[in-house]
Amino acid sequence: MTGKEYRTITDVKGPLVFLNKTEPVAFGEIVELRLTDGTMKNGQVLDTSDDQVIVQVFEGTASIDKQTGIKFLGDVFKLPVSTDMIGRILDGAGRPRDGGPDIVADEMADIIGAAINPYSRQSPDTFIQTGISAIDACTSLVRGQKLPIFSASGLPHNDIALQIARQAKLVDSDDDFVVVFCAMGITAEEYNFFVHDLERTGALENACLFVNLADDPAVERLITPRLALTAAEYLAFEKDYHVLVIYTDMTNYCESLRQIGAAREEVPGRRGYPGYMYTDLAMLYERAGLVKGKKGSITQFPILTMPGDDITHPIPDLSGYITEGQIVISRELHQKGIYPPINVLPSLSRLMNAGIGDGKTREDHKSVSDQLYAAYAQGRELRGLVAIVGEDALNERDLQLLKFADIFENKFLRQSRDEDRSISEGTLDYAWELLSNIDTKYLVRLDQKWIDKYHPTDKKE
Amino acid sequence: MEVNPRKKIKGSELKMSEENGVIYRISGPVVTAVGISPRMYEVVRVGDEGLMGEVIELHGEQSVIQVYEETSGVRPGEPVIRTGQTLSVQLGPGLLTKIYDGIQRPLPELEKTMGVFIKRGVDADGLDLEKIWEFNATAKAGDSISSGDVLGTVQETKTIEHRVMVPPGTSGVIKSINSGEFNVTQTVCTLEDGTDIQMMQKWPVRTPRPFTKKHAPEVPLQTGQRILDFLFPLAKGGTAGIPGPFGSGKTVTQQQLAKWSDADIVVYIGCGERGNEMTEVLDEFPHLMDPKTGEALMNRTTMIANTSNMPVAAREASVYTGITIAEYFRDMGYDVALMADSTSRWAEAMREISSRLEEMPGEEGYPAYLSSRLAEFYERAGRVETLAGGDGSVSVIGAVSPPGGDISEPVSQGTLRIVKVFWGLDAGLARQRHFPAINWLNSYSLYPPSLDQWYRDNIKSDFPEIRTEISALLQVEAELQEIVQLVGSDALPVDQQLTLEVARMIREFFLQQNAFHDVDTYTDLKLQYTMAKAILSFQEESKKALAGGAALEDVVNVPARTDLMRGRFESGYEGKIDKMLETMIKQIAETMEDN
Repeated sequence: MTGKEYRTITDVKGPLVFLNKTEPVAFGEIVELRLTDGTMKNGQVLDTSDDQVIVQVFEGTASIDKQTGIKFLGDVFKLPVSTDMIGRILDGAGRPRDGGPDIVADEMADIIGAAINPYSRQSPDTFIQTGISAIDACTSLVRGQKLPIFSASGLPHNDIALQIARQAKLVDSDDDFVVVFCAMGITAEEYNFFVHDLERTGALENACLFVNLADDPAVERLITPRLALTAAEYLAFEKDYHVLVIYTDMTNYCESLRQIGAAREEVPGRRGYPGYMYTDLAMLYERAGLVKGKKGSITQFPILTMPGDDITHPIPDLSGYITEGQIVISRELHQKGIYPPINVLPSLSRLMNAGIGDGKTREDHKSVSDQLYAAYAQGRELRGLVAIVGEDALNERDLQLLKFADIFENKFLRQSRDEDRSISEGTLDYAWELLSNIDTKYLVRLDQKWIDKYHPTDKKE
Repeated sequence: MEVNPRKKIKGSELKMSEENGVIYRISGPVVTAVGISPRMYEVVRVGDEGLMGEVIELHGEQSVIQVYEETSGVRPGEPVIRTGQTLSVQLGPGLLTKIYDGIQRPLPELEKTMGVFIKRGVDADGLDLEKIWEFNATAKAGDSISSGDVLGTVQETKTIEHRVMVPPGTSGVIKSINSGEFNVTQTVCTLEDGTDIQMMQKWPVRTPRPFTKKHAPEVPLQTGQRILDFLFPLAKGGTAGIPGPFGSGKTVTQQQLAKWSDADIVVYIGCGERGNEMTEVLDEFPHLMDPKTGEALMNRTTMIANTSNMPVAAREASVYTGITIAEYFRDMGYDVALMADSTSRWAEAMREISSRLEEMPGEEGYPAYLSSRLAEFYERAGRVETLAGGDGSVSVIGAVSPPGGDISEPVSQGTLRIVKVFWGLDAGLARQRHFPAINWLNSYSLYPPSLDQWYRDNIKSDFPEIRTEISALLQVEAELQEIVQLVGSDALPVDQQLTLEVARMIREFFLQQNAFHDVDTYTDLKLQYTMAKAILSFQEESKKALAGGAALEDVVNVPARTDLMRGRFESGYEGKIDKMLETMIKQIAETMEDN
């Protein structure tokens, strides 16, 4: 099957090369292109038939002419995986980018990845402490979850992702996380920021980076996350690591998907994105989780920037239907100078209840979280009212709630980039302290027994 | 290139017709073959690994096939083999307690043969072909039988008796029939004409199973959930849609329906949903107890799980697999409740395959046949007279997940046009901790007119009138609330303030129901009627008292009213409520004398 080089290109269109008169070529097969000047490029078969083969070229089609030689390598895309990947920086196609040696493969893994049998999955229920109060208290993360950060351009989502990567740990265990970081179309500046930060904190030794930058080929972005997840699966399910996968930016990934779709003249779905985007995204996001009988786990933090801050845009919308919740970054809070500017109201963690409570975090966690949410939601609503009728029109309860909304934002949400709050003392006790600004009788979401036990002034001891 | 030799689980022998072809083109899950002339929707085996596929288009020399498994690595020129059969499920003893993927492969079996990841090219039988069942013949030699007649029974699970039926299309006179121990492929009955009948039959999933005639939906599916049974009832054989905005308690509502509805069999289809969420369902369902029998609920349940990252074509097939199994139990004379979560994901699978076929898209990229496919699916629900002459039903409850929560999109609209009941789950109510979070203002049911006679005959002659009064009060409340928001409730006349108080009582005492409370979790129809009636008595007596000069505050705060409302959490409430009501009426009357 190998060895033959074809020079039968008929069309070149965008990132796609069309050629004919080949021997049978497998769907998804890897392709090597040798340009007339000797440069080598790589591609993958997107469509194959007896008459025509369509190849997507990862490095872009610049300089490809009809004399370009095309060689089919007889195999689908496989990534050499081994534990040596930890501490390495690879490019978007899985080649070393840090000047180090090639990865010596322990095994070759198919990057498409198979679906986990739903029957073999294990329900995620172990709380991960991120040290960020807004997340730990209100949208608690559990191991094996996929929780995207919905952000927008100009917001500090990268800082938050890094802070999570640095601080994430389990409450009563020394198990460390290995971070698999996947960059898709981010700028060199952002990349340097990530690498620098990981180096500074020593986290790089425990991380594996797959990097496709903004000036790297757009088509390559379609395989970068698959490489990262393949590495993650190997580390988690073969080598028992707990893996935290951060990928940024999913929006760039989806743009590339649309680009290929357009080049193939497919019928577009919503806003020009291909109709199969839901399934395509699911095949990435669903590679998170825990399976019975394996020690390791994959937790995912995809970052996506919502075009025009629009949460109903197909990318956040379809993501939200696959992921287990979302952390929403707010421009309003950011402009108020609050870091991390997480708006807890639209944020959600669907697996939260499985991971919190007695024996996991603390018995009062759920009540405190409900109360914070309710009080802050009402306080924010009152802000709107005050703008119309003035504070004088408010009763005592409303005044307290209004004040609480400010306290919540300025004290509870706000923390520094290296502040690591523990769940019990740093987050929940602090929440009680702030909630004591509201009269106990208005704290209707809190059970009396928790008030007796935890309220700083009403504590019965 | 590594090619796994096709693995086969023993016994899964499909009859192959001789015709073989080759692959011409592969594009994702869509494969084009030449050299065969199959029938539409025939199942074919694709490539060296024998991937399962289904013919979805015939185009000149070419047959277009949707493949239920990942196709990377497959090449043009590899074989395509006809099976001569359309996509079918195996029906017989052993369906209950099973967890299947979209094409009826048991997931635990798949785990045994290929580990935690679902690889390709593995076949598994839907039924355990080896397992021996105790067959008790009820028909006897010399009996003349036809399609759908019951030949005998098998105690399939502790609670469900499986009725072995004559497969559709078969009839004749029994030559011999034996009770005893058989597996599902052994002959239990032979006809005079030499036809052998086994316990297992196969049925193509895309074809509705036959029945004699459809009945009007005249019997309610009782769920014990007050808001559903009383205000928005679903008939046996009816169809309902639930939109599921996140955090609105869709899962709990579905579990309550599975647990408490008076259906004999539950079929649950997890279609294109999250893996972790599906796992939660798979973990929880087997632990749920059937409150009526005290046995595991799984004894009367079949589950189908096809998560979003499993092959899209199998997702498309999963709802058909589910409803065919449901129809099979219906044919035995059982009432079946089928839940599909979520039909939006199913519609998306259709969209995806349609776009691979380069079909002209309709609204939002969905194929033009979306609404007719939805209609065909829901039309397979119904209460029927079975071929054997009994009564059976399939009730379908389909969840929809509209993007951005906007129900003006095609799948929601297509669904709403067909279903007769809409239970509008509302995230806002859930946030206020009003459960079940079903919005009483935008939900509806079109069944009451046809069910009313049943209520009059079986519960109470004025049941429909009471319901109308209750829902009218809620409607009035909604209008009054608008005024209250502007001027405050104190500005309303006393009688309207009383109406608000009565409506609040309906919401808090009647509509809210705690799924996790031992007693409150289920209320039978008679008690529901009594509770509703008690609310109306409260209104009537209060009106009298107010007319007699009592203060509203005194009337609404009589202690017996609180007792009456709290009473629903105590067991034996149905025996006490009349007494409580009497006390309340007395206390309300006393408020007049105080003044």
